[in-house]
Amino acid sequence: MSARDNILARLRAAPSGVPAPPPDVAAWHATTGGMDRETRIARFRANIEAAHAEVHDTDAASWPALLCDLAAAKGVRTLLVGKDAAEGDAMTAHADAKLQVLRYEKPASEWRNGFFDAIDAALTPARSALADTGSLILWPDARAPRLMSLVPPIHFVLLDAASIHADLYEAMTAERWADGMPTNALVISGPSKTADIQQTLAYGAHGPREVIVLLMHGTTT
Amino acid sequence: MSQPIEFHPSFAERSKAAVNDAHLRRSFRGAMDFLQAKRRAQFPDAAELSDLRDLGAAIRRYALANLPDLLEQLEATLTANGVKVHWAETPAEANAIVLDIARRRNAASMVKGKSMVSEEVGLNHAMAAAGIEALETDMGEYIVQLANEAPSHIIMPAIHKTKEQIAELFAAKLPGVAYTDNVDALIRVGREVLRKKFAAADIGLSGVNFAVAETGTIYLVENEGNGRMCTTVPRVHVAITGIEKVVARLEHVVPLNSLLPRSATGQAVETYQNFISGPRKPHELDGPDEVHLILLDNGRTQAYADVQLRATLQCIRCGACMNHCPVYARIGGHAYGTTYPGPIGAIISPHLLGLESTYPLAFASTLCGACAEVCPVRIPIVDILIRLRNEAQARPGSTDATLRGSGAARTGLVSAIWRTWSMIYGRLGLYRLTSWFMSRGRALSPTEQGAWTQSRTPLVPAPKRLRDLLKERRR
Ligand code: SF4
Repeated sequence: MSARDNILARLRAAPSGVPAPPPDVAAWHATTGGMDRETRIARFRANIEAAHAEVHDTDAASWPALLCDLAAAKGVRTLLVGKDAAEGDAMTAHADAKLQVLRYEKPASEWRNGFFDAIDAALTPARSALADTGSLILWPDARAPRLMSLVPPIHFVLLDAASIHADLYEAMTAERWADGMPTNALVISGPSKTADIQQTLAYGAHGPREVIVLLMHGTTT
Repeated sequence: MSQPIEFHPSFAERSKAAVNDAHLRRSFRGAMDFLQAKRRAQFPDAAELSDLRDLGAAIRRYALANLPDLLEQLEATLTANGVKVHWAETPAEANAIVLDIARRRNAASMVKGKSMVSEEVGLNHAMAAAGIEALETDMGEYIVQLANEAPSHIIMPAIHKTKEQIAELFAAKLPGVAYTDNVDALIRVGREVLRKKFAAADIGLSGVNFAVAETGTIYLVENEGNGRMCTTVPRVHVAITGIEKVVARLEHVVPLNSLLPRSATGQAVETYQNFISGPRKPHELDGPDEVHLILLDNGRTQAYADVQLRATLQCIRCGACMNHCPVYARIGGHAYGTTYPGPIGAIISPHLLGLESTYPLAFASTLCGACAEVCPVRIPIVDILIRLRNEAQARPGSTDATLRGSGAARTGLVSAIWRTWSMIYGRLGLYRLTSWFMSRGRALSPTEQGAWTQSRTPLVPAPKRLRDLLKERRR
């Protein structure tokens, strides 16, 4: 018999314990109360700022100019954008001589060393966000690969204010996650941090030191 | 079977050394007070916490009640997603699986995210023996590995070290690094050193917080980003977990992760919640092209076989029980000598290692119940500790002896005392006679009564028996 068969056989041979009815997550969630749109935006902002992220209000037309200003203020000289990504096209059109916009075109295995050293910041869209924990939901794909939100020291995130959910349960059910998960879904609640040295909080442990949210208003009703 | 921790010197000797170490006592007391206050601040509403704990417990009980079916479902969904699932009964089997993957890929180095199960199986030793460098990348684990030590807490591995000690360690062990006890500077050093290692490593190894049967998803939480590095940068990702970490549905992780970070470190949420459901797809530009999941038994089926002890497997490894344990706060994590210290260590270790070497842990408790009071999934830790004490004293071969190593605490003297006790208490005449002699002869009681009198006054029988007092009152 294989290890698998032995383990399963032992588990199946065990006596059944007290009955365990299916847990009702929906009923519990119903008691936590809903939030209107303005509350969701306000809570999202307060919570992610408390986690040391920056939030800047903008709209669909003016965010590239805002990003150029922020990049200049932070000394960002190279910005990574996804290939075939709409926000990448917008940035390419806006960038000036001070900001070099690079495309994530090749598989990471081919440019790993450059990737780890040369890039100051990356820009990705967020799929949606969560108010109660101040979190961004990223759904990486070929247009916004996984390492973009992890390797560069600064992560710019484009977020539509209309897409903010109250909490993870609401996001998961409204967006029907269980019907098909991507290779790597991410819920990100601020910049990378650690308190492993004497419980002292430090930012930029292994991931980005800064997470900067460009919060777009007025896109949908 | 090789186990990483040796039980020499004894638990009693180690804990005695620990309570006499003022430095260690201060580190732990400070850290425990800090973590307790932070947890309290996260749960201001007692009723809300109570409901959430009920739900957390219900989710874990439901998963355990259906464990074999859920494991088979998990295997099927993961396989359909392109993840290779392996099963291991023992630490040696788990290590052999990792080695086999490493050899096939000609791997020379491995970066590791935080995984207590990898500590449990002694993976780093097994890799080193095979010439593969296994590097810890969680800052706390990295510090502990650099110091050649073991973690002293399951969530905060380097909790026993001060920043000055870490500063000295870095200056001594890392070429070109000068002494600094500035925490930001120390973290920057770790970041720079480990960045190069992530880029060069052949394999990334991680633990698992929950494995979702419904969708075939490995759910991992962390703050630093090293877990994401280990599961994204190397071409191969190997995740390892105990068989109990499965949950039935994706939505079940929501309440569990509402409890986990708040109970563990008193933070509302971790920086990264990482849902991994397969290797890199052909059109994707990063991520590993192989993902493996190793499901480890190592004694968990023994806990499962017993309806009472099965609750041990509800654990979500938050560490709140140790943060609130008066014994752990005083002796620290290393004195336990096991991978998992504190109350959870006392109740899970007997299944992993046998009662022979671990029964003293069940006795190292005041039974105050602080652990069970904070446990987010309502494990009846005190009842389980008492049960393990009984198992440790059970007569081998009797119906009370059901575990590996049952009866290990039994000695001839103790059994003889209890045999005599039950004989006296079972016969009224004998009982009256004995108690008469005890009360009259109380002056003869020894003043030295072994461990009892080390810190307590000697036990002396009462001058008058209860029946004598009652007789006087009736007169
Ligand atoms: S036993 Fe309970 S309190 Fe202790 S680590 Fe496990 S879940 Fe947390």
